[in-house]
Parts: sequence; C-alpha cells; structure tokens
Amino acid sequence: MRILVVEDDKDVAGFVVKGLREAGHTVEHADNGRDGLFLAASENFDAIILDRMLPGGIDGLRLLETLRAQDNVTPVVFLSALSQVDDRVKGLKAGGDDYLTKPFAFAELLARVEALTRRGKTDGPTTKLAVGDLEIDLLARGVKRSGQKIDLQPREFRLLEYLMRHAGQVVTRTMLLEGVWDYHFDPQTNVIDVHISRLRQKIDKPFEIPLLHTVRNAGYMLRSEDV
Amino acid sequence: MTITEPVKPKRVRRRAKPLIRSAGIRLALVYAAVFGLSAFALAVSLWYSTVGLLQRQVEVAIRNDATALGDHLTVGGVPSLALAIRDRLANNVDGDAIYLLIDPLGNHIVGNLDRWPQGLTQTETWYELPVTRQGVNSIALLRAYTVVGGDQLLVGRDVRARAELRHVLQDGLLWAMGMMAVLGLIGALVIRSLFRRMIREISTTTRAISRGDLARRVPQTGDGDEFDELAQIINDMLERITRLMDGVREVSNSIAHDLRTPITRARTRLEDASLHANTTQELKAAIEQATDDLDGIVAVFQALLRIAEIEAGARRSAFAKIDLTPLLIDIDELYHAVAEENGLYLKTTIAEKLPLLGDRQLIQQAVTNLLDNALKFSPQGSYIRFTAQIESGVIEIIVADNGPGIPEEDRSRATERFYRAESARHTAGSGLGLSLVAAVAQLHSGTLTLADNRPGVRAILSLPTQTV
Repeated sequence: MRILVVEDDKDVAGFVVKGLREAGHTVEHADNGRDGLFLAASENFDAIILDRMLPGGIDGLRLLETLRAQDNVTPVVFLSALSQVDDRVKGLKAGGDDYLTKPFAFAELLARVEALTRRGKTDGPTTKLAVGDLEIDLLARGVKRSGQKIDLQPREFRLLEYLMRHAGQVVTRTMLLEGVWDYHFDPQTNVIDVHISRLRQKIDKPFEIPLLHTVRNAGYMLRSEDV
Repeated sequence: MTITEPVKPKRVRRRAKPLIRSAGIRLALVYAAVFGLSAFALAVSLWYSTVGLLQRQVEVAIRNDATALGDHLTVGGVPSLALAIRDRLANNVDGDAIYLLIDPLGNHIVGNLDRWPQGLTQTETWYELPVTRQGVNSIALLRAYTVVGGDQLLVGRDVRARAELRHVLQDGLLWAMGMMAVLGLIGALVIRSLFRRMIREISTTTRAISRGDLARRVPQTGDGDEFDELAQIINDMLERITRLMDGVREVSNSIAHDLRTPITRARTRLEDASLHANTTQELKAAIEQATDDLDGIVAVFQALLRIAEIEAGARRSAFAKIDLTPLLIDIDELYHAVAEENGLYLKTTIAEKLPLLGDRQLIQQAVTNLLDNALKFSPQGSYIRFTAQIESGVIEIIVADNGPGIPEEDRSRATERFYRAESARHTAGSGLGLSLVAAVAQLHSGTLTLADNRPGVRAILSLPTQTV
C-alpha cells in the first residue's frame, strides 16, 4: 500500500516511516502542512497518517478539510497529542476516519491503518463473509464451520463479524472495544481477552485448524492457514 | 513547572474617581433628573389649568357684555348704548366691570374710567393694562370696539384679584420647585449611599480574594433580594473556583509524588539494562518492560486528565437524554463472562427503564470502573451484586462485593486521587478508578457512596434523573 505520513516530529516520523516500510508499504513523508497537502492532493495514496499540529500555516484539520472539499476520499488516521474527547470529535467531524492519540504503540497504528484501507474496499452490501471453512450470513445471523451450525450470542456474533471483516489483519483490543462495544476507554479488566477466548471455544475448539490467532503485543487476527 | 509570582497587593490608595464615573452618582443624578422633570411637568399643568381657566372666564364675560351692548346700539343708537352702560354701572354688583365710551375726539361720554388707557391702540384685541379708576390704580383686561360714527367703546374687567392669585400661585410653584430640587438631591444622595453599602460587601470581598484570600465569602443578609441573590451567585462561583484550584493543586502534587515511582522504575530499568545487559535478549526484555512502564504512566496521565476534564464540567455539553438500561445490560454482558472466568458470580438486576440526562461514555466508564474494582478484590467463588434501580427520581447503580472492603476510617478518602488502601497496595491499579467515578457522579449532580457490605464494599452511584 502507498501511505503518506504528515508529521513534523523527526523521531516520530522516522519511526513510523521505518515501521510501515518494514510492514511492506510504500511510504512518502511530509514534515509540514503545505507539503503534506500538496502531496495528498496531487498523488494517489491508500491512506494518510496525519498529525494535527503542523508547521507551515496549514494544520492537520485544515489540510483534511481542504482535501475533503476536493472530493478526495483517501482514508485518514489522525495521530495527535490532543487527547480530549472534543479533539477526537473535531478530528472525525473534519472527515478523519480514525483518531489515535500520542503516545501510541506502533502495532496499534499499523493495525488501524491497515483496517482502514480494507474498509474502503469492502463497503459494498456484503451479506456473506467467509474465512477458510468458517462462514457467516449477515442477514440470517447464522454461523457455520465446515457446514456445522454454531450458536453465538448476539455480541459474539458482532465480535466475529468484526474479525471477519478484518480477516487477515491484526485487530487490537481497543479497536474491538470501539468497533464492537462502542467503548472509547480501556477497562482495567481484560474483558476483550475473555470474550475472545469464549468465541474461540465455539469456533475453534471443536475443529482441527485454529482460525483465531493471538498476535503478541498487538491483538488478534482471524486467518485461515492457506491465506 | 513554573510558579508565577503572587501578584503584589496594590497598596496604592485608590484615587478619587471623577464623580461622573461613580455609578452611585450617576444613578442619583438620573433619579434627581426624573424626579425634577416630573415635578416640573406637574407644576406647569397646574398653572395652565387654573390661571388659564380664570382668563378664559373673564374673556367670555367681556365678549358677552360687548354683544349685549352691541344689541342696544343697533336698537337705539348711541344714546341707548350710553343708557345701557349707565344702567350697568349703577347695577354693577362686584364692581369690577369697566366701561368707557368716547367720541371721535376722545371726549368722555360715559363710563367708569377717567380716560382712555395708554397703549390701547387697536380695536378687537385683548389688552391687559394698568388703569386708574376713581383715583385707584388697578389692572384690567380690556377690549375696544368701534361704534358707528367714530365713537369707541371699551369693555373690560378689573383683574387685580386674579393677578394677585396668579402671583400667589407663581410663588407657591416656585417654592415647590425649590423644595423638589432639594428633595430630589437628598433622594439621590440616599440612593447613592444605599447603592454603595450594597456593593461594598461585594467589593471588599472580591478585593480580598484578588489579593489571595480565597477563603473570603460575600456575607448574605438573608432578605432574598437581588443583592442577596448576587452574593449567592458570587459565592457559588468562588466555591467552584476554589474546588478547581484544589483539584489542580492535587493533580500537580499527585504528579510530583505518585508518578515519580513508576518513572523511577522505568528509568532504573533502562539504565540497568544499558550498564549490565550482556545479551541482546536481556536488553530487549528490559526495553519492553520499560515500554510497559511508560504505557502505565501514560495511562495514569490520561486518567488524571480525564478526571480534570470531567471536574471542570467541560463535558456537560455532551449531555443527552439516554436510557441507562441497555447501556447497563451491555456492561453486564461484557463483565458476566469475565466474572465467570474468574470464578465469581455476577448477580444482576436492572430496572426496565432508567432515563437520564447525562454523558453516555462517562457513565459507561464509571460503572465499568466499579465492576473492575469488584472483580479485582473479590475472592474466588464469591458473589458480586450489580443492581440498577430508580426510586423517586434518583437512579441508583449499586455494585456490591464480598472482598476485603475498605476500613471505615479510609472510606472517605477512597475517592481521593491515588489513594490506595493498605490492603490494596499489592494489587494492580493506579488508585484513580474511584476518583473518576466520584467525578462522574458530581458532574451529573449525583453522589458516590461507599458503604460496608459486611464483608466487602457496597458502592452506590446515585444519579438524579433531572439534572440542572
């Protein structure tokens, strides 16, 4: 994927660029708002990682608003030290697709960027999702593995649906909290781990090949071995 | 952290302000002006209605007289007119009627005036002139008419009495005006001093506060008047400012003391690794641990900032009408599994409808904090009761566990930032959970009560449904 990083802090930018390249992406970097806007508007990117406070007269919000005004729909992840709830709301209102506050773990950023780019592609009216021999029917709310019916609680179904929509990608605990439970804070208890392990009991335990994997220091990933 | 110098109290004597800059004086002047103008308007209308009425009455009498005499003239000519005048003079009861008929040469034909008054030159015009009647000086209202043949008739009334009345009235009104001016001025001064006295309390208090004496409050009279209300509002404001300042002070103290420990830990770990780590493996492990430590510090920061944000009341703009029932059922579902996993029993009772004007996310976070605590401190196999009910307009969310509980003497301090009971020192956590719950309760005009559950803690989050 081609990713644009607009970030003025040299260390942070260097770290992010390096990490993204290691993950196999092509990365462009701009260290001020003006260059960032120029690059974002003139070239095609699959995602933009955008700092909010930028030198060069154009801050992150202005940059994004200008971009969206030109009907550019490239997914944007804000990466900002502004951490209040209002700041987040402002960022999303301006057209941001996700908002991550500094300091951040690189795994979290990578997972969110990759999740965004996938979201852009599968926005069509999907009614069925499948990973390996696991398939779910979004209309009938049914789950099957190897043709065998699996009963899930409504919330377990939504958890699985989220994982299926991001199959092959790392999904972090905070992404699950936000995406499945709509919680924008981290409970102290490992609630997500418990629910994942319950889901695993139902979809993986009775079968030979596990689909739901734990990714160390990052989160979870649903993937069939052959992918 | 920079500490700003306390502002030196201004010892300079307050300069006398230009009088017009004093609101008291302005108010007093306006009062005096309004009072004076209304008094003046009253006097003027009084003047016109009395003096004007008398004048009109005399004019009508003179006109009627002249018309009647004109009739005599038409019927019997000048002799008849003279006769009529004589007749009238003889029967003149009040003695103030004035007649004079002269021939074209100015000779007296008949009448009670000795001669034609000076200055009366035009006919059919009102004159008010001094006249001499039988040697007595007086003032008369006069009107002259031309009679056929060049004779001239003068009809009038002695108005000395009326003029005197007018003078009396005029003097009276002038006196009254003077009195009014004095009274207005006195009234103005009284208003000014009242005004001064009322704001003096407020100004002395606020001045003391701006010099740093934050404990001062505006005394209230208890009359419930506007100034009392203002005093109340100012006191509330001061209360809030004090609370916020305490909060800020507490946070900075907390940061100074309680964050030092984890920061020291992270720093030591890194330094230790750089000095003593022999293998890349060891180095990596140390760095990873230090990163975790830093994440912990960030989490504490985040929690502190969030509490500060809530306490500042900034989140009240996000208030909306919500039903807590589905929200709490969601939380129950989330934690039910966790409780089971930890060998605990979560007993939940949630009322069917729990309407609240509030912040969804904050309530979520507060309730999950309470459950996190209960889970953390409950011994295996014990019960946690999670209840939500509504009673006379107050929603009560209760989380009761059978853990070690909080000792009586520590209970009131449990919601302080970073406070951790002796028995909780060895468990994970930052000591901010209950502070956040308390802050959320306060934002919703509610309370957080920690009671004894014999054994354990019974945390009661009370939220009034109608928050202002």
